Amino acid sequence: MPKTVIELEDIAKQYRLGVVGTGTLSHDLNRWWARFRGKEDPTKKISASNELSKVDTKFVWALKDINLEVSEGTVLGIVGKNGAGKSTMLKLLSRVTGPTTGEIRVRGRIASLLEVGTGFHPELTGRENIFLNGAILGMTRKEIDRKFDEIVEFSGVKKYIGTPVKRYSSGMYVRLAFAVAAHLESEILIVDEVLAVGDAEFQKRAIGKMKDVSTSGRTVLFVSHNLTAVEQLCNKAVLMQNGTITMDGQVGDILEAYRKSSLEIGEVKPYGTNQVEFISYSINDLNGNEIKEIKLGDSFKVLANIKFNEDVESTDLSLDVRNDSNEFISHVTNMDDQFFIAENKRGEQKTIEITLKNFSLAPGIYYISLWLGNMYGTFNYLENCLRLSVKQGEAFIQRNYPFDKRSRAVLQSSWEQKSD
Amino acid sequence: MNNQSTENISGEDWTMVIRPKRHLLELDLKEIWRYRDLIYLFVKRDFVAKYKQTVLGPLWFIIQPLLTTLMFTVVFGKIAGIPTEGLPNILFYLSGIVGWNYFATCLNETSATFITNASIFGKVYFPRLTLPVSIVVSSLITFVIQFVFLIAFIIFYAFRGVSIQIGPEVLLVPVLVIMMAGLGLGFGIIISSMTTKYRDLLHLVKFGVQLWMYATPIIYPLSEIPEKYKPYVIANPMTPVIETFKTAMLGVGEVNYMHLLYSLGFTVGILAIGIIVFNKVEKNFMDTV
Repeated sequence: MPKTVIELEDIAKQYRLGVVGTGTLSHDLNRWWARFRGKEDPTKKISASNELSKVDTKFVWALKDINLEVSEGTVLGIVGKNGAGKSTMLKLLSRVTGPTTGEIRVRGRIASLLEVGTGFHPELTGRENIFLNGAILGMTRKEIDRKFDEIVEFSGVKKYIGTPVKRYSSGMYVRLAFAVAAHLESEILIVDEVLAVGDAEFQKRAIGKMKDVSTSGRTVLFVSHNLTAVEQLCNKAVLMQNGTITMDGQVGDILEAYRKSSLEIGEVKPYGTNQVEFISYSINDLNGNEIKEIKLGDSFKVLANIKFNEDVESTDLSLDVRNDSNEFISHVTNMDDQFFIAENKRGEQKTIEITLKNFSLAPGIYYISLWLGNMYGTFNYLENCLRLSVKQGEAFIQRNYPFDKRSRAVLQSSWEQKSD
Repeated sequence: MNNQSTENISGEDWTMVIRPKRHLLELDLKEIWRYRDLIYLFVKRDFVAKYKQTVLGPLWFIIQPLLTTLMFTVVFGKIAGIPTEGLPNILFYLSGIVGWNYFATCLNETSATFITNASIFGKVYFPRLTLPVSIVVSSLITFVIQFVFLIAFIIFYAFRGVSIQIGPEVLLVPVLVIMMAGLGLGFGIIISSMTTKYRDLLHLVKFGVQLWMYATPIIYPLSEIPEKYKPYVIANPMTPVIETFKTAMLGVGEVNYMHLLYSLGFTVGILAIGIIVFNKVEKNFMDTV
């Protein structure tokens, strides 16, 4: 029986919303002065007019009741939607931040890879950056010396190793960074989404390298939205939902459960400053009836009712489309049609109608996210707040058997025979 | 919030146990030693990156104090006519500036540790104290270059017949340098820890250090201060350090070992407080930055 190398016991992590980032000395002094005079907290009063004040002192549990044991040699996939607590868990394990309660016990050295190229300095050469980055990730100079040639070989930037990395193409940069990380010698490796970078060729190599690592008996914790990669690499998995681990077991079962759970619209957590917010939103057909399902090639409308909680010169509205693996498919914004939402007064409400014409993505389930904001920030963001089911129908393609599942989009075609 | 750390785990061979709260004095200085390669590489990075693509390169180490000295000579020496204990203005100012610069750089740069490195700190763990320590070391290199430059100036003036009596205090110079570094680092990491919550401090530090310089005998000798105000000037822990430094290098100034001892005590105190506060903040600062 392999021994346990990581043990999490009753781990919980609490974040304080609203207070974060607003900490300036003047605010606190104001607050003390007000309390001293027995008056109401002035900072509270200011924000009482908008929604945020409700969040002002609210605590959010990013993780709750996490109990987990990982035994040696396991390649554990951690899956779950955005905001399920995966990244927070990795942050705790890699000691970027501490838990609120509970205890984590670890056997062996942990190297964490929450990002490739952490600490790379653009002015330094490739060689210098290998040493710097390696040391930041916990290697000693001796270890790096020993692995240096291997790292350079793997990265494929041998010719440019004496050039400052600011002259590298982004592909070279990522390859070099990953090469350093891939040659870490720790017993436990924590990896977060880093495979999402680089071209297909590089991703293939990265996955190959990860496989080598995992077969060498080391323990790997791997977070990814790329379910294929999880399937290929991991021999165990856990499913996280709303800050807790809801399932723990074989990769196949977990992925199936995850796919199923992602079909429902969960609780949408709004994000942003709330200067402008969505009041209601729906998907409608061209006659204005609310719908949940369309046929391939149909046009439909997204209606969004927005409210201005402040005078806002102008705001942009955009709409993201993701598929059921939460992969980003498309982005639509008001600027695409040179449409402006300008001169908005506080308290005003507007209804914006977005018509999406001849929907031509492959039949399946899609999620729509709505965003309000401008170049300086986000007013209101609702991730995956609408769900749309697309059926094959006959309007666009007329084959009488189901559309190929591997396809992402549908090209409309017309056929004829030329007479010679 | 938690009292489960009492659980007995001594029977098991865990290499690391992460708990919500560290004991106030639970410092892992050994860990910093293990990461000494990282400190070395940070120092190298700072040094290399600072002067890449500059024409004059490391010459800037010398130009900066030289220009400051010339400016002081014109403004305070010639126009204001503040006496410099009978020494050439340039020597008097330069020695003060070289000493002060080291302290000021340490303080200024370490005070921004958490803010400027938030992106690295958010992604990977290494003992956070390695960064301020590396700043102190890389500033030390700058100091040494400037110090050699100062000695060259002293020799130059000595040849021209200015009588300079180097006192036995010269043996204290290493201690003085450590005190400059310790004071700068101590104040720097305290401020750095507080900037995670109060950004305002960052603005305050820059000109605070500038004002502090005028409260330290850099452009004027301590002997020119009226007796009535002297205790206030001496309460400034940098005063005995700079004054002793000047005496060591130039042979002028008032050395009082009681005052120096006070400074030393102050340095140790502020450094200890700094390390404790920094150690406490580093664990969860990512949640507030």
